[in-house]
Amino acid sequence: MNSDFKNNFLSKNEDVLGMVVSGSLTNGVEVKLNPDRSVSDIKIGRYVAIETQDLKFFGVVTDIELGATDQTLRVNPPEVSNPFIANVIKGTTAYGVIQVEPMLILSQEDFDSLSGPQPAKTIPPHFSQVSFASDLDVETVFGLESDTNFWLGNPLDMDSAKLCLNIEELIKRSNGVFGKSGTGKTFLTRLLLLGIIQRGAASQLVFDMQSEYGWKGFSEESKEVKGLKQIFPSKVAIFSLDEESSKRRGVNPDYVVRIGYEDIEPADISVLKQTLNLSDIAADAAYSLERYFGPSKWFKKFISLSGGEEFIDLARDLNVNQSALSSLKNRLSRFKRFNFMDELGGNDSVSQILSYLDRGMHVILEFGRYGSDLAAYMLVANLLTRRIYARYAISAEKALGDPTQQPTPLVITIEEAHKFLSSDIASQTIFGTIAREMRKHNVTLLVVDQRPSSIDEEIMSQLGTKITCLLDNEKDLDSVLTGISGNRKLRSVLSRLESKQQALIFGHSVPMPMVIKVRDYGTAISYADFQIEDVDVDFDFSEDNEDLFGKKDNS
Amino acid sequence: MSLSYRIGEVVESSSIQFTVQCYDLYKSPNIGTLVKCGDDPQLFGLVYDVSNKSMDPARRAVPRGRNENNEEGVYLSNPQLSRLLITEIKCVSVGYKSIEGIEQSPISLPPKIHSFVLECLDEELKEFSSSLDFLPTLLESAILTSNDEVISSFLLKSSKTHNDASQFLIYAGKELAFNLNGQLIRLNNLLKRISK
Repeated sequence: MNSDFKNNFLSKNEDVLGMVVSGSLTNGVEVKLNPDRSVSDIKIGRYVAIETQDLKFFGVVTDIELGATDQTLRVNPPEVSNPFIANVIKGTTAYGVIQVEPMLILSQEDFDSLSGPQPAKTIPPHFSQVSFASDLDVETVFGLESDTNFWLGNPLDMDSAKLCLNIEELIKRSNGVFGKSGTGKTFLTRLLLLGIIQRGAASQLVFDMQSEYGWKGFSEESKEVKGLKQIFPSKVAIFSLDEESSKRRGVNPDYVVRIGYEDIEPADISVLKQTLNLSDIAADAAYSLERYFGPSKWFKKFISLSGGEEFIDLARDLNVNQSALSSLKNRLSRFKRFNFMDELGGNDSVSQILSYLDRGMHVILEFGRYGSDLAAYMLVANLLTRRIYARYAISAEKALGDPTQQPTPLVITIEEAHKFLSSDIASQTIFGTIAREMRKHNVTLLVVDQRPSSIDEEIMSQLGTKITCLLDNEKDLDSVLTGISGNRKLRSVLSRLESKQQALIFGHSVPMPMVIKVRDYGTAISYADFQIEDVDVDFDFSEDNEDLFGKKDNS
Repeated sequence: MSLSYRIGEVVESSSIQFTVQCYDLYKSPNIGTLVKCGDDPQLFGLVYDVSNKSMDPARRAVPRGRNENNEEGVYLSNPQLSRLLITEIKCVSVGYKSIEGIEQSPISLPPKIHSFVLECLDEELKEFSSSLDFLPTLLESAILTSNDEVISSFLLKSSKTHNDASQFLIYAGKELAFNLNGQLIRLNNLLKRISK
């Protein structure tokens, strides 16, 4: 054995947990804890290393059990009221057992060739020593923080070890951030967005439903935290759909998005079928209307119809049920209330967004008050993305002829993703297309959702890396873990995550699943780690404050 | 340096046990005491039985104190008794001393008859009890009349020679627990004895 290999990887005695006593490749290995180890020292999801003569396995604790050499212990427990007896029995007659799922294996050759650990296709032999993984083990498997590796958090109970995510690998596929409400999805997403910005791996378009990524957000404790623009002012542009709301929040948007009636296409209505409670017939009528009135005119003409005879004639001409057409008109009339919609025409927001993205900038589209209107969110997100994707598709085709024309990779972040990607409509929305096509046109998704079970199964299986906070719904757990090896065991890990600042990460960009304590965000030190650009970001909010609260009485 | 107390001599031996006749009537070590005998090699035994009896198996002792006021008077009136009665101890072989150190397993050859038998000093007991590899043999030994009494007595004596008696007993207790797999009640009773 190469001495470096041994020296680097030999576990310290204080980290030793026990030894492998049984197991299988399909069920993982059973580890009997040493007498000095209590089961309560070990948490599910903990990262462990297993040493053999010439190999090192890396795995995750997937279950914790209490064992006994004597089965009569259950019915005739020893006199543990005697501290001496209790001390003796603990770890001998009654002992702890952990189940470990070996995920990776590191051999001498892998170590020498720097190829890193490989997926485990065997298991460690009997009596192999099992210990807590060291910081060095984490580095070996996940890499050091670097130009490509972004520090996302710390492995469970390993505060000094940094778990780094290869951002370049991450953006090669669409990814998902999941977790039930209040578990830290937004913080996690914000960190990922920051990581992509910091590493300069891709441009980003974020559909910021609750306006919490751009300028500032709030923690669960209502503590204010900086948004992406405050950390990278020169790399992030805030687009707003609701200028008034932006100003009230003290944000000076780089661009105010206006959508023209002519921009709306029937496909945008199909996406809203569920949200607007439209029947299939009513939703499909939009295509008939487009054919009838012509592209880019149909919406304006349709919602300006007065009704009566004119409406009956239209239904007859289109051969569409009149009540279906009527319900479509009623629902679409809601759009008139959206101030960002302009009857006279939009301001070519798509070109504006693209011009920012082409410069390698990151666009956060704040929805302001429309963030609470799912129809508005879905309409705008779908409409803009469809057009941006179409432009990217053209650029990608050009790049086939001239590789230097390769467009900058684009990551589009959407929240409430299941609304766009449910089985009913995933095939119709542009997001479904992007998720399925992977990186075909250099565009990928970052989907953020609390109900992954509502997302189309095929789309879920296409997501490269999934980072999931606590989920407790059975269907959601199944959905997130579908298709990954050892999912039954990871399920118990996932369902026992803490409700705050903990997540399970697995998939394409990480060598093995890992429970992490998500990196701190919101403190001065945490901001310093992101190397905040030295730019004066103080805006004069006095005018906005006056708008809000009235002028100060200086008398 | 204190000298070992010479108890008596081996009068009967086998490779697993030996019998010692004590020099003085009633002057014997308790059961669980570690004794040593022989020189090449030096053997260790654990006292598991102590008996007082007539030297001649054919001549049993008879009552002699009907007219005596106390028991001591019996011996004063019959001075020959200290010659006719003997104290005998039985020891189980638990190890021997080789050039590598103490081996905790019976030696293949029994001690010679008339080997001097001495009680081990505290330092020797401490050294011997630093490992308890002989416990499994002793726990299952069929020759001992009261295995658990011998073991608990030995462990309690040994604990007093160690700097941290309670730590030693926990170590010993865990050894017992490992070796008494499936005998929870016996283990519990044994642990109770050594926890006193």
